[in-house]
Amino acid sequence: MNSIEELVSRAERLAERKDLALSTVSRKLLNDGKGINRLKSGGQLTMRTLETAFERLSALESADKPAGVTALNPQPKGAQMTAPLDEAAKGGADLISPQRMSHLDRIEAEAIHIMREVAAEAENPVMLYSIGKDSSVMLHLAAKAFFPSRPPFPLMHVDTTWKFKDMYAHRDRIAKELGFELIVHINEDGLKQGVGPFTHGSAIHTDVMKTQSLKQALDKYKFDVAFGGARRDEEKSRAKERIFSFRSAQHRWDPKNQRPELWNIYNTRIHKGESIRVFPISNWTELDIWQYIYRENIPIPSLYFAKERPVVDRDGALIMVDDDRMPLKDGERPKMEMVRFRTLGCYPLTGAVRSSADTLPQVIQEMLVSTSSERQGRVIDHDQSASMEKKKQEGYF
Amino acid sequence: MAHAAATAADDIIAYLDAHEKKSMLRFITCGSVDDGKSTLIGRLLYDTKLLYEDQLAALEADSRKVGTQGEKIDFALLVDGLAAEREQGITIDVAYRFFSTEKRKFIVADTPGHEQYTRNMATGASTADVAIILIDARQGVLKQTRRHSYICSLLGIRHIVVAINKMDLVDYSRATFDKIEADYRAFAKQLGFQSIVCIPVSALEGDNILTKSANTPWHRGPALLPYLESLDVSKDGSAEPFRLPVQWVNRPNLNFRGFSGTVASGTVRPGDEIVVVPSGRRSRVTRIVAKDGDLAAAGQHQAVTICLADEIDISRGDIICAGKAPAEQSDQFAAHVIWMHDDEMIPGRQYLFKTANRIIAGAITELKHKVNVNTLEHMSGKTLELNEVGFCNISTSAAIAFDPYAHNRETGSFIIIDRRTNNTVGVGMIDFSLRRAQNVHWQDLDVNKLARAASKHQKPCVLWFTGLSGAGKSTVANLVEKKLHDLGRHTYTLDGDNVRHGLNKDLGFTDADRVENIRRVAETSKLMVDAGLIVLVSFISPFQSERRMARDMVESGEFIEVFVSTPIEVCERRDVKGLYAKARRGEIKNFTGIDSDYEAPENAEVTLDTSKVSAADAASEIVEHLKKNGYLG
Repeated sequence: MNSIEELVSRAERLAERKDLALSTVSRKLLNDGKGINRLKSGGQLTMRTLETAFERLSALESADKPAGVTALNPQPKGAQMTAPLDEAAKGGADLISPQRMSHLDRIEAEAIHIMREVAAEAENPVMLYSIGKDSSVMLHLAAKAFFPSRPPFPLMHVDTTWKFKDMYAHRDRIAKELGFELIVHINEDGLKQGVGPFTHGSAIHTDVMKTQSLKQALDKYKFDVAFGGARRDEEKSRAKERIFSFRSAQHRWDPKNQRPELWNIYNTRIHKGESIRVFPISNWTELDIWQYIYRENIPIPSLYFAKERPVVDRDGALIMVDDDRMPLKDGERPKMEMVRFRTLGCYPLTGAVRSSADTLPQVIQEMLVSTSSERQGRVIDHDQSASMEKKKQEGYF
Repeated sequence: MAHAAATAADDIIAYLDAHEKKSMLRFITCGSVDDGKSTLIGRLLYDTKLLYEDQLAALEADSRKVGTQGEKIDFALLVDGLAAEREQGITIDVAYRFFSTEKRKFIVADTPGHEQYTRNMATGASTADVAIILIDARQGVLKQTRRHSYICSLLGIRHIVVAINKMDLVDYSRATFDKIEADYRAFAKQLGFQSIVCIPVSALEGDNILTKSANTPWHRGPALLPYLESLDVSKDGSAEPFRLPVQWVNRPNLNFRGFSGTVASGTVRPGDEIVVVPSGRRSRVTRIVAKDGDLAAAGQHQAVTICLADEIDISRGDIICAGKAPAEQSDQFAAHVIWMHDDEMIPGRQYLFKTANRIIAGAITELKHKVNVNTLEHMSGKTLELNEVGFCNISTSAAIAFDPYAHNRETGSFIIIDRRTNNTVGVGMIDFSLRRAQNVHWQDLDVNKLARAASKHQKPCVLWFTGLSGAGKSTVANLVEKKLHDLGRHTYTLDGDNVRHGLNKDLGFTDADRVENIRRVAETSKLMVDAGLIVLVSFISPFQSERRMARDMVESGEFIEVFVSTPIEVCERRDVKGLYAKARRGEIKNFTGIDSDYEAPENAEVTLDTSKVSAADAASEIVEHLKKNGYLG
């Protein structure tokens, strides 16, 4: 670095002495009239160019000065200023190394990278928020990714109107606390027709109030990218889905025609009307999610923790009677039981598990020794093993 | 999850603390059809007890229904995801699987092995630290083994595990194993892997997967999983200098300006000197900002936001680099390209190139050669088809910051996007810049005619079209320029009429003015040749001496005289500008061919008669002449 500074100061003095414009000297030394000025503002050049420039400089200097004078290279002015900083940067032996990254650090960084990429390239992104634990992690990641800025996209909750009361309370509190703009979308047509899980069955309810409603909302707000909290370990067909998952203008996913996804370079180009679902936590497992919630102390709805709740047993699933919309069969009476939920959705479609785990470590402990996988609690993908793939092709997240 | 449960059940807090510190390893499995990849992954999931009981029950049910292992569990069914594939009995895309042990979390990319799916393997390999290459012990090293290994090396994987599978079917024969290992090592020598470990396994029976098998007492190396748990890949990118591709500028208010991105390599600390590429601006890091408090240092793979001491202009697409070791920048590269789409790659066509943090327009200017992924032989070719690999020259519309892929996977890679369909049609790995001086940050003393010509991949010259008015000089010159432009060459045409409207508008048609006219045009073309251009000059230039003057101004070999020898009768019959009629009527004096001589060239490099050949053929002949004589690089 000193060499460049030396070149600059000697060139300046040569210009002064010979009454030449600095640009003239610069041209003579570097074949570029602005070269010296560029060097002064931090420009760079190759060693060879530098050597040539010094040779030329020496020749010019000796042309009007007795030999020997140029050998007295005065100390360049900048040198004293830069030296201590250089020392500081080197720091010596007690240099602080970056922390070795754990698997949680790695997947956290990956998710943040993905969110920033969307923020930089999408025109109108949105983060879908389902209030569950994965959504809670997504919110937390978004807050980290853009700190100290607020995340540059709104949250959207596609509300079926059948969520647990606790979930609504949690949603409104968290959005406010983190300073997110919250959009709540309800399929008003479905609501008018009175579509619900008890009257229409889980398949129609989910299709109208969730799948169709989501498409409706995306069309209404013209979101081009929607973040979702799906993970590849949840279900087989998701294992093959890209992180940036392309959707046609009809919101369809074509598993046979996915864009190749290499490195951490994501193709965000779409035509008008098309959209991309982005899954920043694709590579997280259920254990990762829990462990991260534990490490980062992320607030999650209280439904995940065991508590006495009124439930009825329906075909082996414990359904919580969350409000009076739930019709009870003859002789059926809600029973107070210590239960909690491993996954959250519409209360009539979400089975509880008997449990006494009322702290996070206990919940994780129970998860670790549990014998049935996460999505089993959800009633919708029980019918046939390829049903999730079908739903996805139709536009379900 | 029994392995986890043992400790988790006893002391969950201790368990969580221990598991929080696990490292991560990403690997890819590759092998031919029926080498047992899916079975191997299924086995790893099964043996690390990551299956829940309902998954196991479903697996057993599926095994009986569509399994290929009779009464036994068909592990492959665990990982063959999509319904369509399950019916075909093969995996057709990249699937990601997860499992973990007490030491590590693993992400597995499962990719298909059959011939047409090079693209899927490359996809899986792009993020993998290690590749497990499966070889069927009964088959040995196959064409596919070579292909998979080559693609792994192309994508920058440094560590290879050769899992020689189905050892149970060859009676755990040591000789078979040794032969395959020797074959593989001999072949892989040219691929430059940092480490190769060969392990005899049976995915089906579980030999040498979790622990060393009693069936192979002669095997001195590790079992598969312990090896994957212990392999250290943390140093693979940390030795490279600091790189932060800027993804997003963080500007919540006027008092804060941070640059967000994921550290591609090296480390950064407050106080470090940095240089921004391509701008060359320098500054120092003041803070590494994080929500939970500033960091004292950050390293590879970390997603950070850094602040600088100076208000310098930095935006998405820039790379913040270690002050002493900046990234390179160029708008012309040589790169290996893997084509990933049914629509073939066409040199010269405009595509979008997306690097770690930037989208830029550009073209593949030349396919230098294709690589046969089975034999590694170079082959010539004009286009790249799906799953083909080529070594290409690429030109982008502006300079981008980069490192060679061999040094840095994050800053040396790009994807290619079709401008019309937006599909990802190819991917590339940068080998080197085509600029002669690779570390020049804004200027170079040695930019001369040679350098300028080299950057344009052409030898500059003057194509001097001479001939009578109406002979077809401009028509042919125009077509030649179009052809050269299509080939990506850099050209300029000086046309008699156009020059007389501007540069030479003070000149008349006296003899002196005619000579001056030609002198100026010749001087102009000389400057343009110095700029590295192929200059097309279309002038009647009737006199030998003027043409000689123009020829002498440039270096030998840079002047190509094109005599458009169309006979005067034909020219007069065409009389496109009505000049012959005027001259015949005496309205124009000194008209070449009528009352002024035309001295035909004696040694023109090219002679064409447009009454005998079409203008298009004439143009092709000239381009051919340029190609044959090395003007087009």
